[in-house]
Amino acid sequence: MRRRIGIDVGGTNTDAVLLEDDQVVAAVKTPTTEDVTRGITRALAGLVERAPGAREAQAAMIGTTHFTNAVVQRRDLDRVAAVRVGLPSGASLPPFVDWPEDLAALVRGEVVMLEGGHEFDGRPLVPFDTAGMRVAARRIRDAGIRSVAVAAVFSPLNAACEEQAAAILGEECPDVAVTLSHRLGRIGLLERENAALLNACLVRLARKTTRAFTEALRASGIAAPLYLTQNDGTVMLAEVAEAYPVYSFASGPTNSMRGAAFLSRRGDALVIDVGGTTTDIGSLRHGFPREANSVVEIGEVRTLFRMPDLLSLGLGGGTRVAATPSLAIGPTSVGYRLTEQALVFGGDVLTVTDVAVAAGLIELGDRARVASLPASLVDSTLARIRAMIEEGVDRMKTEAGDVPLIAVGGGSFLVPPRLAGVSEVLNVPHQAVANAVGAAIAQVSGEVDQIFQDLSRDEAIARARRAAEDKAVAAGADRATVSVVEVEDLPLSYLPGNSLRTRVRVVGEIAR
Amino acid sequence: MRPIPLEDIESLAIGAWILGTGGGGSPYLALLNMRQLYRKGVTCHLMDASELDDDDMVAVVSNMGAPLVGQERLTDPKTMALAVTMMEEYLGKKFRALMSLEIGGGNSIQPFMGAAMLGLPVIDGDCMGRAFPEAQMTSFAIHDLRMYPLTLADVRDNAVVVARAASWKWMERISRKACVEVGSIASTCKAPRTGKEIKECAILGSTTKAIGIGRAVQAARKTHRDPIEAVVQQEGGIKLFVGKIHDIARRTTEGFLRGTAAIEGLDECRGHTFRLAFQNEFAVGWVDDVPRVMTPDLICVLDTVAGDAIGTETLRYGQRVTVIALPAPPILLTTKGIEHVGPRAFGYDLDFRSVFA
Repeated sequence: MRRRIGIDVGGTNTDAVLLEDDQVVAAVKTPTTEDVTRGITRALAGLVERAPGAREAQAAMIGTTHFTNAVVQRRDLDRVAAVRVGLPSGASLPPFVDWPEDLAALVRGEVVMLEGGHEFDGRPLVPFDTAGMRVAARRIRDAGIRSVAVAAVFSPLNAACEEQAAAILGEECPDVAVTLSHRLGRIGLLERENAALLNACLVRLARKTTRAFTEALRASGIAAPLYLTQNDGTVMLAEVAEAYPVYSFASGPTNSMRGAAFLSRRGDALVIDVGGTTTDIGSLRHGFPREANSVVEIGEVRTLFRMPDLLSLGLGGGTRVAATPSLAIGPTSVGYRLTEQALVFGGDVLTVTDVAVAAGLIELGDRARVASLPASLVDSTLARIRAMIEEGVDRMKTEAGDVPLIAVGGGSFLVPPRLAGVSEVLNVPHQAVANAVGAAIAQVSGEVDQIFQDLSRDEAIARARRAAEDKAVAAGADRATVSVVEVEDLPLSYLPGNSLRTRVRVVGEIAR
Repeated sequence: MRPIPLEDIESLAIGAWILGTGGGGSPYLALLNMRQLYRKGVTCHLMDASELDDDDMVAVVSNMGAPLVGQERLTDPKTMALAVTMMEEYLGKKFRALMSLEIGGGNSIQPFMGAAMLGLPVIDGDCMGRAFPEAQMTSFAIHDLRMYPLTLADVRDNAVVVARAASWKWMERISRKACVEVGSIASTCKAPRTGKEIKECAILGSTTKAIGIGRAVQAARKTHRDPIEAVVQQEGGIKLFVGKIHDIARRTTEGFLRGTAAIEGLDECRGHTFRLAFQNEFAVGWVDDVPRVMTPDLICVLDTVAGDAIGTETLRYGQRVTVIALPAPPILLTTKGIEHVGPRAFGYDLDFRSVFA
C-alpha cells in the first residue's frame, strides 16, 4: 500500500493528512505555533493517534505559504545587498527598479553595480571589476548585511562572474548567505535578479524553518524522507530546498488547487482557498492550476517562475478588522495567534473569525464574547468580504458566464453560498485540509540542464530526457509514470562544435 | 504637438508589443526607463508629421540586435541619445524631432527615451508599421530613399558611423556585422530624413494606432471581454488558430533569432497543428503544412487568456496561445513592397497571398 503524509503549514493552521492510495484516511487541523515545530508535532501526533499507519509512510511532504506570506506581509525579511555585475550596461535600470516602494524600502540594503558580465556568445562584456567586488564585500560586511544576491549579465550562459563574486564574498564575509541568480532563473536579467533578491531576503528564514520541519518529523517517530513542495506541484528533498525558498512560492496555492481537484473530482472550475492570512483565487483546467504566462508577480515583484495564475487577497480567518475611524479589513492578520488574540478565544483583537462567529457562520470559541458586536458592524464587514471575494472571482474569470467555485481552506466558511458570477459554490469533504491533500499527492521531478556537443537537437533532447528521467527515478519517482513537462534548448555559438544547451524537466508519481 | 502622459506610453507598450509580431523586443524595459524618466519630471511630446517643415531634419532611431540579448543588456536612454548626437555632429545639423524605425516592440518607445534626454518631440509614425528584422524592410527603402549615413553606439563607448553604403543590403550587412561585434545590441540612428520625406514616405499615425490597440486591450480586460477579440475587431484582423505550444527550436545566427514553433490545436482547432517560422519576427504560418499566413501580413501570437503578445524569445512549451493576423500597411503590399518584405525576402519560396485577400 502506498502511504503518504501531506502537511500544510499555513500562517494560521497546520494541517496534516494521511493518504492510503487514493483515500484520505485521517486529517488533523491544529493552530500553527510561533516556533512552527510544536504545531507540526501536534498535528503529526494527532495523525498517528487516528491512523497509526502514518509511522510507516514512505514519504512526508510539507507545503508552506510561510515564505510567500513573509513577502506579501512584508515581515521576517532580511535586508539584503544587491550585487549587479554588468556595467556599463543597464545603468539606468538598477536593482529594485521595478519593485513596489514599500517592499524595496524594507529589503534594499546595499546596491552595488560593478563592471563585468558576459556577452551572449560567452565573451566577457568588460573585465569583471574584482577589486570593486572586494571593496563592496567589505562594505556589505561592515553594514551588517547577512544575505547577498548576485546577478551578472548572461550568467545563465556563463556563471564565472557570479561564482567569482561568491568566492570573494566567501573570503571577506564568510557568514553571509549568497544567492546566485543563475541557480534560480534563466535569460532575463531583471526577473532573474528579482528572484535572487527575493530568495536572499528569505534564505535565513527558510533555513530556520526547514530545519524545524525536519526536527518535528523525527520527533514524531516518522522516518520517511521529508520533501518540500515546489511551486509547480512537485517536491524537492528538504535539505536541497532550504537554500531556495523562492521555489516554494505559491506551492501552497498549487497544493490547495490540486487538492481541490482531487477531492471534488472536478477538473474545470475556479478555486478559492481561504486561509488564516490570505485568500487565493485560481483557475483549474483539467485538474491543474492554470499557469501564468512567463511573468509572475510575487508581492508585486516581477519574476519568471512558472506558477499558477493566482490572485491573492489579504483576507483570512485571522485578518484584523478595525471598526474605527472607518471600517478596515486587513491586510494584517493575527495569523497563528488567532486562538489567543481573537475575541472568541479570550483575546482583544477583532478578527474576521469573530465577525463570522457573531453572524453564526461558524461555531468557534466563546460566542458570548462577540454578542455585543453591533449588528451593523457585522453586516458591513460581511458585505465588504463578499465584495472582496466577488471582485476577486470576477478578476480571475476568463469568460463572461457564471462558473463553479470550489471553496477550500480553513476559512472557507467565509465564502457565501451564493455569489455574483458564480454558478455554484462547491463544498467538499476535507475541504479545510485541501492543501495537505495536494501536498500528499505531489509528484517528484527531475531536471537536467546541460550542454551537449555535436549532437542533433533531437538527440540532445533525448539524451537530456533520459538523464532527467534517471534523476527523477533516483529521487523516488515511478519510471512508468514519468513524463516531460518542460523542454528548452538554446544554441551556444561561441563554443567549439555544434553546442546546444538543453534543459529538460520531467515529473512522475512517487514509486510505491 | 501634444504632451504625452505616461498612461499613453503604458498603452503604447501593450499595443506595440502586439504590432511587434513576435519581435522588436519586449517594450517592458523601455517602458521602465520611461517611468524612471517621468518620475524625474520629464514629459515627452508627440508631433504630427504635418507640423514638420519640408527641410526639417528627423532622426529615425532604433535599438538594433537580438531581442534575447536585450533582456540581459538592458536598454539605456543615454546610449540612444548618443547615437542621435553623433549623427548631428556628423551632419553638422540639428534634428527637429525623433521618429521610431519600427512601431513593433520596444523600438516604439526608443525615440521617446532619446527625446526625453534631448528635449525633442517624437513624430507620430514609423517606417514599418510593425517590426521587421532587416534594414531594407522599410517604407523608406521601398521608396528608394538614401540608406546612409548611419550611426551606431554601444554602451562601452564604441561608436561607428557608416558613412556610405552601396545598397540597403550593404547597409544591413555592414551595420549588422558591427552590431554583432559589440554583442548583438546597439543603439542606432538611421539615415536622417527631411520633413518632406517623412510626410511622403513614412507610415504615419502608427504611434497613435499602437496606443489605441493598447487601450482596447486594457478596456477589454477591465470589463472581462476577450481582449483578443477586441483587437481583432478594432483592427479588422482575423483569428487564425488557438492552441498550445508543444515544440520550439531556436538558433542564433548572424545576430538573428531564427527558428520554428509548433502549436497543437485546442478547442475548435483540436486535431490540427500550426507551424510558425520566425526570424526575430513571425514570418510564415502553416496549418497542417499548408501555408496559411505570411509576411508582410502581421502574424501576432497572443496569450489566449490575457491577450498579451508573446515574443519569439519568450515562447515556451505549454503556453496557451492564439494566433491572429492584422492587415499590413498598404505600402508593404505593393509589388515593390512584397519584394522587400514578402516571403521570398525571408527565404521562403512562396508567392505572397494575403490572408485578407
